[in-house]
Amino acid sequence: MKKKIIRILAIVLIPTACLYFLQLLFMPKYVSDINEGSMIEEYYKSSKNHEVLILGDCEVYENISPVTMWEEYGITSYIRGSSEQLIWQSYYLLEDTLKYETPKVVVLNVLAMQQSEAKSEAYNRMTLDGMRWSFSKLNSIKESMTEEESIISYVFPFLRYHSRWSELTSDDIKYMFNKPNVTTNGYLMQVGVRPMTVAPQEVPLKNYQFSERNYNYLDKIRQLCEEKGIKLVLMKAPSMYPYWYERWDTQIKEYEDKYNLLYLNMIEQSEKIGIDYTTDTFDYGQHLNVDGAEKLSKYLGKILKDKYDLADYRNNQEYQKTWDTLTEQYHREKENKLKEWENIQ
Amino acid sequence: MLFTSLKFVAFVIAVLFLYYAVPKKFQWVLLLCANLFFYIQAGIYGLVFILVTIATTYISALSICKEQENIKRLFEKYKDILTKEDKKMYKAKSKRTQKLYMILCLIVNIGILAVLKYTNFFILNFTNMKPVNFILPMGISFYTFQSMGYLIDVYRGTVKAERNPARFALFISFFPQLVQGPINRWKELSSTLFSYHTFSWKVIQSGVERVIWGYFKKLVIADRAMIGLAVITSDNVKYSGAYALLGMLLYAVELYADFTGGIDVTIGIAEMFGIKLAENFKRPFFSKSIAEYWRRWHITLCAWFKDYLFYPISMSKWMNKLSKAVKKKCGNAIGSRLPVYISSIVVWFVTGLWHGASWNFIVWGLLNCAVMLISQELEPVYEKVENRLHYRRFRYYKVFEILRTTFIVCSLQMLDYYYNISDAFRMYISIFTTANYGYVLKTGMWNIGLKVQDYAVLILGVLIIFIVSMLQRKRQIRKSLDSRPFFVRFIIFLLLFLAIASFGIYGIGYESSQFIYNQF
Repeated sequence: MKKKIIRILAIVLIPTACLYFLQLLFMPKYVSDINEGSMIEEYYKSSKNHEVLILGDCEVYENISPVTMWEEYGITSYIRGSSEQLIWQSYYLLEDTLKYETPKVVVLNVLAMQQSEAKSEAYNRMTLDGMRWSFSKLNSIKESMTEEESIISYVFPFLRYHSRWSELTSDDIKYMFNKPNVTTNGYLMQVGVRPMTVAPQEVPLKNYQFSERNYNYLDKIRQLCEEKGIKLVLMKAPSMYPYWYERWDTQIKEYEDKYNLLYLNMIEQSEKIGIDYTTDTFDYGQHLNVDGAEKLSKYLGKILKDKYDLADYRNNQEYQKTWDTLTEQYHREKENKLKEWENIQ
Repeated sequence: MLFTSLKFVAFVIAVLFLYYAVPKKFQWVLLLCANLFFYIQAGIYGLVFILVTIATTYISALSICKEQENIKRLFEKYKDILTKEDKKMYKAKSKRTQKLYMILCLIVNIGILAVLKYTNFFILNFTNMKPVNFILPMGISFYTFQSMGYLIDVYRGTVKAERNPARFALFISFFPQLVQGPINRWKELSSTLFSYHTFSWKVIQSGVERVIWGYFKKLVIADRAMIGLAVITSDNVKYSGAYALLGMLLYAVELYADFTGGIDVTIGIAEMFGIKLAENFKRPFFSKSIAEYWRRWHITLCAWFKDYLFYPISMSKWMNKLSKAVKKKCGNAIGSRLPVYISSIVVWFVTGLWHGASWNFIVWGLLNCAVMLISQELEPVYEKVENRLHYRRFRYYKVFEILRTTFIVCSLQMLDYYYNISDAFRMYISIFTTANYGYVLKTGMWNIGLKVQDYAVLILGVLIIFIVSMLQRKRQIRKSLDSRPFFVRFIIFLLLFLAIASFGIYGIGYESSQFIYNQF
């Protein structure tokens, strides 16, 4: 009998353990390249006592620097951003974050309002794989899946990534169990300057109306914030591409008025912010570089601080240690990256 | 429900669990329900056709059987009154009635198969009409042949007709064998299908091992080879010469691994239910002639054609008469060969047609037939040369024979995957006339969707199959594995399982393909 039990345990446990380790090996690590895939899971390693939570796509994680907001105003913030983050993904990320902390303010970038369908499995994966298992993750998967995807491949990512066996690198072994952070509180730093030389042109669209589905999720975000006593701020980051249409802006303004929210169109305020698109962008106006991000963060931080009376935690010992470490890392990373950029030049 | 899908694996596990949980007398009923569910998953449309086949075959077989019993009873009852002539007359009359039942049933079922599978072939080749959009019910070629085999066996009196329609329905529709065979006989299958089966870890383990081996062949080898072959066959102008040779090799590997893998999965699943299915392969690529190859490849289909088509034609009265007549006119040599020649040509024509509704397959079948008949005719010549040179005693001659057979088989298989006969022949000739071997070796073969790692997996996979086949020649490999300690067996199959999980062609980025023989 004892022998039988050992055999059964071996049959169940050994293959499961092997598959688990193979899964760890095959999962993309997103450390040396495509860092965007690492961002969502990094949050769980953070201190989880943030007053500002920023949600959205690359227009937040490449345009806003939490360290600058800390250095300038003592604001504690975290960006839960991911590539092509869809509006329902933002909602479920908010739901997920609220399991760990309740910020005072949520800043939501509204560019995703114009996209009502998930376009790519790769982007889905970068947002969803990193989430910890919960109903929020499950619902987000269900809502996001493209036709070719299946829930089972999210439950067992091995089924999705086994094909990477032929492209494994040393990173896959090195970061199998532990990965370094690639962002500073969700901010993915970009240095270098690639100036915007051509102003974006408006290309007429067939339909400018945001979808009902997206409005539903925007409502859900607003209602959840209200329920938790969180102030919701809508923002359009000062990215010049993709083009932000007047009619899109109007719809957001109407929503702002209807629910008495704050909407910040940072494109309109780019002059006030001091953004110079010949020096503050690293990819021709699509995203800001670190200089641009710091300018925007100072501007945004001031608004949030003034309007929502956020506390200055710079002299609070509970926060100091964490933020000092983050600040140090941030400046070291900036210095290194700038050196690298200069070497390339 | 694809055999390679997780849904199918879950389905098998669920059915297995219930099978051993219900009282033993209901085990076969549960299997029948599972078959129904499995078939409905493929579309309710197909269900109608399989039900028609089941119903017509059941009724016909039962009618034949009743007729046989009636005549027996009659002879028994009036054994003192009936003269020999009376008996002969009644017997002939009864046989005629039985034949009528059988032929009507054959017409209906072969008619269904013919209409669904060959209407478009007929329309495209012999009319100006537009093709019709028929959906081929899952496994129609297999279940039609299995049911017709049963009917003929009942007619011949070698088996008794099953009286319970549900039990007969299970025989025809047993889900693991439904989609790609093997084509089983009632005599062998019924005893194991309806007997009571007690749960045993050993049985489950043995079945799982066979299933893993099958999936390894299918997902790691066959579907990988298919990627390269799909590129090669996509452009006949670009991919000729060395590419065509590479394609030929890839197809041989793909077809073998796909079909034998599929049968391993089928037999393994049945084994888990305690049901023994007929074997369908016996190391076909170790054959020394084409005739031997066809005794080792798709054994149950070849045996079906032999028993239900070849012998009935070659040993029929009219054939006998024809043979005698030809003997008189053209001599013994031709007259005695005629039955074999005509029967072989018919069988291989039908075999080709069974494999696909296209001239490619018909030509493929007839060429196989031609090779076999020619080699049969040349045998006396070989004997003479052998008597003089004694070349057959050389050990490597056998290797030469195996390689020669493999080359002929692979050459003929080109008709399977090129769209038309001229393309197949053109590509075959290009192997010998297009001098692009250097380029393909250096660059071309790495640009057909297969990386160096894929070739490594393919070569390793083929090597494993080869080693296993070599071992099988000397001993029953599964029996000798059984005698090994548990952990040795466990590690072997764990490695195979992990190889499937890691190197298998499934999931996003790979097209999960169905088994090639599912399409027949």
